[in-house]
Amino acid sequence: MSTTAETTETATKGFGGVQARSGAAINASRISIRNLEFFYGDNRALKGIDFEIPDRQVTGMIGPSGCGKSTLLRVLNRMYSLYPGQRATGEVLLDGENVIAPDADLNALRAKVGMVFQKPTPFPMTIYENIAFGIRLHEKLSKSQMDERIEWALTRAAIWDEVKDRLDASALGLSGGQQQRLCIARTIAVRPEVILFDEPTSALDPISTLKIEELIDELKRDFTLVIVTHNMQQAARCADQVAFFYLGELIEVAPAVQMFTAPKHAKTQEYITGRFG
Amino acid sequence: MSITIGAGIHPGPRKDLKVAAALGRRRRRMDAIVRILGLVAMLVGLAFLASILLTLAYRGSEAMGLSIFTRVTAPPGSEGGLLNPIVGSLIQAALGTAIGTPVGMLVGTYLAEYARGSKFGNLVRFVSDILLSAPSILIGLFVYTILVMPFGGFSGWAGVAALAIIVIPVVVRTTEDMLSLIPNTLREAVIGLGAPKWKMIVFVCWKSAMSGIITGILLAVARVAGETAPLLFTSLGNNAWSVDLTKPMASLPVTIYAYAGSPFEDWIGLAWAGALLITLGVLGLNILARSVLRGRK
Amino acid sequence: MSQAATADTPHPAATRRSRGNVGDIVFEGACRGAAVLVLILLGAIIVELFLAGLPAFRAFGLPFVWSTDWDPVQEVFGAGVSIYGTVVTAVLAIVLAVPLAFGIAFYLTELAPPWLRRPVGTAIELLAAVPSIIYGMWGFFVIAPAFAQYIQPTIIDTVGELPLVGFLFQGAPFGTGIFTAAFILAIMILPFIAATMRDVFEQVPPVYKESAYGLGATTWEVMRSVVLPYTRVSVVGGIMLGLGRALGETMAVTFVIGNANRISTSLFGPGNTIASLVALEFGESEAGSLKFASLLALGFILFVLSFLVLAASRYLLRSRLKA
Repeated sequence: MSTTAETTETATKGFGGVQARSGAAINASRISIRNLEFFYGDNRALKGIDFEIPDRQVTGMIGPSGCGKSTLLRVLNRMYSLYPGQRATGEVLLDGENVIAPDADLNALRAKVGMVFQKPTPFPMTIYENIAFGIRLHEKLSKSQMDERIEWALTRAAIWDEVKDRLDASALGLSGGQQQRLCIARTIAVRPEVILFDEPTSALDPISTLKIEELIDELKRDFTLVIVTHNMQQAARCADQVAFFYLGELIEVAPAVQMFTAPKHAKTQEYITGRFG
Repeated sequence: MSITIGAGIHPGPRKDLKVAAALGRRRRRMDAIVRILGLVAMLVGLAFLASILLTLAYRGSEAMGLSIFTRVTAPPGSEGGLLNPIVGSLIQAALGTAIGTPVGMLVGTYLAEYARGSKFGNLVRFVSDILLSAPSILIGLFVYTILVMPFGGFSGWAGVAALAIIVIPVVVRTTEDMLSLIPNTLREAVIGLGAPKWKMIVFVCWKSAMSGIITGILLAVARVAGETAPLLFTSLGNNAWSVDLTKPMASLPVTIYAYAGSPFEDWIGLAWAGALLITLGVLGLNILARSVLRGRK
Repeated sequence: MSQAATADTPHPAATRRSRGNVGDIVFEGACRGAAVLVLILLGAIIVELFLAGLPAFRAFGLPFVWSTDWDPVQEVFGAGVSIYGTVVTAVLAIVLAVPLAFGIAFYLTELAPPWLRRPVGTAIELLAAVPSIIYGMWGFFVIAPAFAQYIQPTIIDTVGELPLVGFLFQGAPFGTGIFTAAFILAIMILPFIAATMRDVFEQVPPVYKESAYGLGATTWEVMRSVVLPYTRVSVVGGIMLGLGRALGETMAVTFVIGNANRISTSLFGPGNTIASLVALEFGESEAGSLKFASLLALGFILFVLSFLVLAASRYLLRSRLKA
């Protein structure tokens, strides 16, 4: 297992002017996906997906709308189980356990695999309670431990300085970018092992986007991250490994540098250079 | 970057799995209990509906017979029917709806087409909503003071007036709701052709909202067909055959009220039969109204 | 969406009326006239009830509102008993109906399999369409005997023996009375409250619920910590709507209230509500008599009560009405 701390920021010029990070080797696998198929009713949305998500690195998932990348994300924490008629077959192994087995403990799984959504979703309560909500589900902490944990989570989400004086204010009063970082803090407060990002910046302005991207870079020291994005530049900036999906199939998965400089498949190249999608 | 400050406090993202598992068991138990309570609540609600319908079907069908539709009300023990209350109810509900509907449609149209967002429009909408939920017995009292007292007695017209007042807000609400579903582009297209606004409303907006408005009218009929309290002091009831709207007029709900509270077995039986009729009619109208609305979509 | 955007500006069509178009003037006039008529109607109801009840207010003064006398022989009347009955039955009905309505809304939005949601939802809504006189008959012939025979004796022997609250559940098991009336009212308003709750629960964007599920919350935790806080204002509005209905309901109550013009300490005792008293005694009162005026004064009080509750309900539900 290689360390990722000294990831260099040297960039290589790739197709379509996309700048990809280089130098990082891909870590050992944390999540193994084997022959995954997904169905919305009778409609097969994912077809025979096989791939590895490396430990404590960022895996970017790209592809045109409806290609299945968000569906795959929602398989990893079983979000699809909320909706009748949606089902998955195959194996998704996390710590040796099959996540999509019918008898999996969903609450425990979701404590392990956190998720950040496209739009910020602050709950209608105070900033403090927003963070404490998730922690209380899984842990029994004293008041001081709780305070400490909340400070830790907010600090790691790079929002502590902005909210420390108004923890008792409603979270709904924060700006969009702040709300999204609050949601990230809420997710990491539960101390998951994997964090899923579903287009986390698509509703944000460029400055907030930059902050979130910096945060993602920082969080991978402790967490395994998976990010779905429509934005190729974002995938190049953030991801160590990139997977390209098309019509429910995994076309190509490769280290980011390779993906953006020398994709193996013609389809990938077409997508990256903006010929479709 | 300062964001690494707190990183050392909780090294590693592991948590106490034992505590989490114990908490998880408790939380899942709580969840299961509440789920069961939700299911029970739903079953209790359905049980009430079933109890009402089964009671009606059982006791109503016992007394049901052709004579109910052919004979007028009669003193206990003399084999009466419910012909005059049935006809009286039909007349009053029909006339009440016929008078209340145009007014309600005009008001709903005003709210949707002329007064969107205006202060006056909001006031009218508020008042209409208050009327929609106001105690119906008070409407009966009101009509008594303006139509029964000054004109020297109970009359079918007074009953019709009371029911019309109840119909108005029901139709206002559905008309406005249905008209505001129509996209503005449609309105602009019609006006763009040079049509005056009233033609746009009558021939395009009303037409495209028609099934919704009909739904509202059906619901209004269903509502007034079962109303008892507003008729107690207006049309009062009439034991003899009468279709004269200037005289007291029988109605099914008021007859049911009088008969159900009587000590006579045959009257109570007739009350159940009437109750069954009215409920079938009202629920039938409701289901019809829903299917009209659904057929549109 | 497009409606919200244009709500504040007059419709473009309004400014583009062709000159001297008689049809437009007549039609708009008719619409506006009908709207004014609705306002006049409500105003007239308030004024008429007040004027007709004025002799009673004159004769008894303000104490009319709380006086518990109701003596047709001595011609002394007060609203105390029936206001007490009205408020107690309505509040008790809310207490009984809200948990049940919440359970139904919870089941329909979060638990029921999709194919079951519509039929069950429709069934609950049909409960709202059943005329109130049917509830009255059902209450009188089915519920009251069952209460007299099974439920009330059991409660009197158990809860009635408790200190502090026991007195509320003592006395003879008549079957009819305040508690039975509240029970019937609860079933009547149940569908209104349940339907409002269901509708507002459904308006919570799924992504908020998913966020909570994503943290590992259970269905109940999502309901309690996300859905309810999001919708609490509308939920309270729905409850107020139910309360408004319960206050003015006549026929369902008249059958089972027991018709007694005194305040009984026990909830199982008989009583009267404003609506039931008016329904029962208005026919026997002579126009122009003091009793007649007192009944209309009661009607006025009832109108004010329900007006306040309904206005509050509408205020709380305004965001939902806008959507």
